[in-house]
Amino acid sequence: MDKPYNNKAWFLVVPVFALVALSAIIPIMTVVNYSFQDTFGNNQFFWAGTEWFQDVLSSDRFWDALGRNFMFSVIILAIEIPLGIGIALTMPKKGIWVPVCLVTMALPLLIPWNVVGTIWQIFGRADIGLLGYSLDQLGVNYNYASNIFDAWATIILMDVWHWTSLVVLLCYAGLVSIPEAYYQAAKIDGASKWSVFRYIQLPKIRGVLIIAFLLRFMDSFMIYTEPFVLTGGGPGNSTTFMSIDLVKQAIGQFDLGPAAAMSLVYQLIVLSVCYVFFTVMSNVGVDKPDARVED
Amino acid sequence: MASITLDRLAHSYDPNPKTDADFALKEIDYEWEDGGAYALLGPSGCGKTTLLNIISGLLVPSKGHIKFDGKDVTHLQPEERNIAQVFQFPVIYDTMTVRQNLAFPLINRRVPQDEITKRVADMIEVLDLADKADRKARGLTADEKQKISLGRGLVRYDVNAILFDEPLTVIDPHMKWQLRTKLKDLHRQLGHTMIYVTHDQTEALTFADKVVVMYEGEVVQIGTPEELFDEPAHTFVGYFIGSPGMNVLPCQINGKTAEIGTTKIELAREYNISGSNIELGIRPEFVSLSSDRAGIPVQIDAVENIGRFKIVRANLEGHSINAVLKEGESVPADPTFRFATDRINVYENSHLVRAGG
Repeated sequence: MDKPYNNKAWFLVVPVFALVALSAIIPIMTVVNYSFQDTFGNNQFFWAGTEWFQDVLSSDRFWDALGRNFMFSVIILAIEIPLGIGIALTMPKKGIWVPVCLVTMALPLLIPWNVVGTIWQIFGRADIGLLGYSLDQLGVNYNYASNIFDAWATIILMDVWHWTSLVVLLCYAGLVSIPEAYYQAAKIDGASKWSVFRYIQLPKIRGVLIIAFLLRFMDSFMIYTEPFVLTGGGPGNSTTFMSIDLVKQAIGQFDLGPAAAMSLVYQLIVLSVCYVFFTVMSNVGVDKPDARVED
Repeated sequence: MASITLDRLAHSYDPNPKTDADFALKEIDYEWEDGGAYALLGPSGCGKTTLLNIISGLLVPSKGHIKFDGKDVTHLQPEERNIAQVFQFPVIYDTMTVRQNLAFPLINRRVPQDEITKRVADMIEVLDLADKADRKARGLTADEKQKISLGRGLVRYDVNAILFDEPLTVIDPHMKWQLRTKLKDLHRQLGHTMIYVTHDQTEALTFADKVVVMYEGEVVQIGTPEELFDEPAHTFVGYFIGSPGMNVLPCQINGKTAEIGTTKIELAREYNISGSNIELGIRPEFVSLSSDRAGIPVQIDAVENIGRFKIVRANLEGHSINAVLKEGESVPADPTFRFATDRINVYENSHLVRAGG
């Protein structure tokens, strides 16, 4: 059957196209423009080829920051995903406690990033902060501004506090959508609690779990505000993530070319890692093509 | 396999039930025989699923006891009762293959491995799933999934009873027939006690030896399909079973005559009742048409031809009444109705008045 074909339909997507162009394509092209040229102000540009990219990829500073980013993402995912699933499993499914739990869970998500940083900055201070003071009184020598381990621990704790709720809420939504009959059938089949989790709950929340995983990965990989407020990238360069380094280069040193090249590499890494994750996770547990069906 | 005794059983979802209306399931006292096929039939919200959940142990009744082979199981958990249940929507373990699904209840019960392998292989054979045995259960059709749910129960040879909670709801019409036939076969082969909840009278009447008809939390009749048709114990049964349902006409009884308005109808025997809420019930199949002036005068509203027979919709003293015309019969000019006298049932407060009443 012939489909009616009408070129006028293109006009209908023009508004969307214009919006996307303004919000995404034009800024990205600007960055691309900077990444291949050199400028000394006055709007004078000189062609630089792939020089900036070579610079970025051969600098230790970049690789160190990238390493820190991966380490941070791996640690917080390893904590937040299991913890989030665990909390979601213990939350009530009905009754008056449901809204109480949900609102409590949603609270950290409603706090702006820089406020979260400020909260923890004060919380961890040994003179006036509850956490810092308590640890100090217990005889623990805790100082996130001078000790690398303390700085990392604080940032990780802060991120877990801020974002585990997101994983919890997503998993909870997945869990409550499982029909009661599954639990009843499992009971009748004599399944243990672990079997119920392994064969019913986990497969049923797989979809939302992939989303939670990807969101948390992207977000943690692009982390900027909280460590910037809390430690400013220190002590030394120990909490300088790529985004912090990028801002230092672009706005601190005004090295627009290298900064643009670094942004593009950064973006490419996030995109490709997400693509790999998504492909792998969507294929886990899915039927492999069954040879016997074909013949 | 076991007989199931319902000992003055009743249930209310309200923790402090005050009136009769608070009970989702009104008191029932009955024994289901070992190896029987029973159907719980009734409209949505009549309490049939409540009764089923009490039997399976998902719900503890607020009153009375339930016994399997004389042993009180009222407070036992579902897994301790050794029953199987098939739900409205097929429940399968997505990530397992068909074979693993069937083995799951046996593994949980620590049956030896070689015994599991043998029983699962047998069950796959019985269910005609041989060509799909090693596929993930996720991709199967609804009826295949429902077969797996059933198989997980049957694979445990010693189950006390198999409960079905409207198991054909999501099955395609042409597969419904096949699956129902399969169920009957399995019942004959394996002889399990089976309890089947449905709101579809065809399913209930074809599947069960005995049908339990429920209405507003009350068991209104337990009987064979013939009994339900010939002697509905409650006007609801008359209306619910049969298509079209029984004609129910408010009337007054005067000895051997029923009076519907000014129309007098002769009854088979004398009734000695004086209550105000008296009704006369007659199945459309036992109403015939004639042009005899002595018959019951009615006004014909419509004649519907539905293939094998015709339904004559008429009006008697303001009450609608149906008659069934067999194939080939035609509506005479200026017709009157005639009731088969021995097929007339009389109801007081919706309940059948039996001989001697």
